[in-house]
Amino acid sequence: MQSFRFLAVGGALALSVFGASAMADFPASFLERFNADARNAGEGSGNAARGQKFFNETHGNEWKCAACHDSIPTGKGEHAVTHKIIEPMAPAFNPQRSTDAAKVDKWFRRNCKDVLSRECTAREKADVMAWLIGLK
Amino acid sequence: MTNAAFSRYVGVVFLACTLPALVVLGYAQAPTTIKGMPASFTAECSSCHIAYAPFLTGQANWRGVMDRLDKHYGVDASLDSKTQREISTWLLANAASSAPLAAVSPDFRITRSDWFIRKHYWSASIWKRASIKSASNCGACHSGAARSDFDAGSVRVPK
Repeated sequence: MQSFRFLAVGGALALSVFGASAMADFPASFLERFNADARNAGEGSGNAARGQKFFNETHGNEWKCAACHDSIPTGKGEHAVTHKIIEPMAPAFNPQRSTDAAKVDKWFRRNCKDVLSRECTAREKADVMAWLIGLK
Repeated sequence: MTNAAFSRYVGVVFLACTLPALVVLGYAQAPTTIKGMPASFTAECSSCHIAYAPFLTGQANWRGVMDRLDKHYGVDASLDSKTQREISTWLLANAASSAPLAAVSPDFRITRSDWFIRKHYWSASIWKRASIKSASNCGACHSGAARSDFDAGSVRVPK
């Protein structure tokens, strides 16, 4: 009876942990993924200082990331054309950020094309994610 | 009064009291819920601008916009094909169907259609005010814009 209860509690715990990880992504899991991809491509891993520089520089086009997201995205940004308010990018200031893989992948794909006319490399994404996660 | 008659009486009184409230509530909420609006419409379209209601322009303009999302007025707004289809279908089903709103306009832009320019004939310099900035910033003057309420009576142009 005792061991049965132990098994049941353990099973429920395991289920809840797996269930949670299947339901939601979190910022560190993206950094981990981008780092792994960057290392596989032989580009090393993410670096927050490099991420901050990348975010605040232009890359051949008119816009930089900071044009809409502000230079330190712990507060609200504003769309450069429509002026619609954009909620903070740093996860510590906006718990909804970086919790959905489809969203994260979609916005990196689109916005990198606007800023660099190409998709970002895994290392570039790892750099930016490392910086954003570190903003407290 | 019998029991049955009494409960009928209570029912009628209850309805008489609540119906006007229900009608008023329904009217007040009407612009916020456009029939069958998919959640993807607000999630995708209003990340960058207000969610322009489908009835603001016709099918030709909506097709023009939705077929070119990868080059969406200077930005890449591309969607996965399922979401793209879902939003397109709903926009086309609820698009304006008669003139002048349904006419095709330059770049498929609502803000460049004849009816829009006519309605805002006074405003060429007003768009540039720091409080407005752009003709696409509907909410600066139309406080109900986010729920597709463009009633002229509620327009307040900021200084």
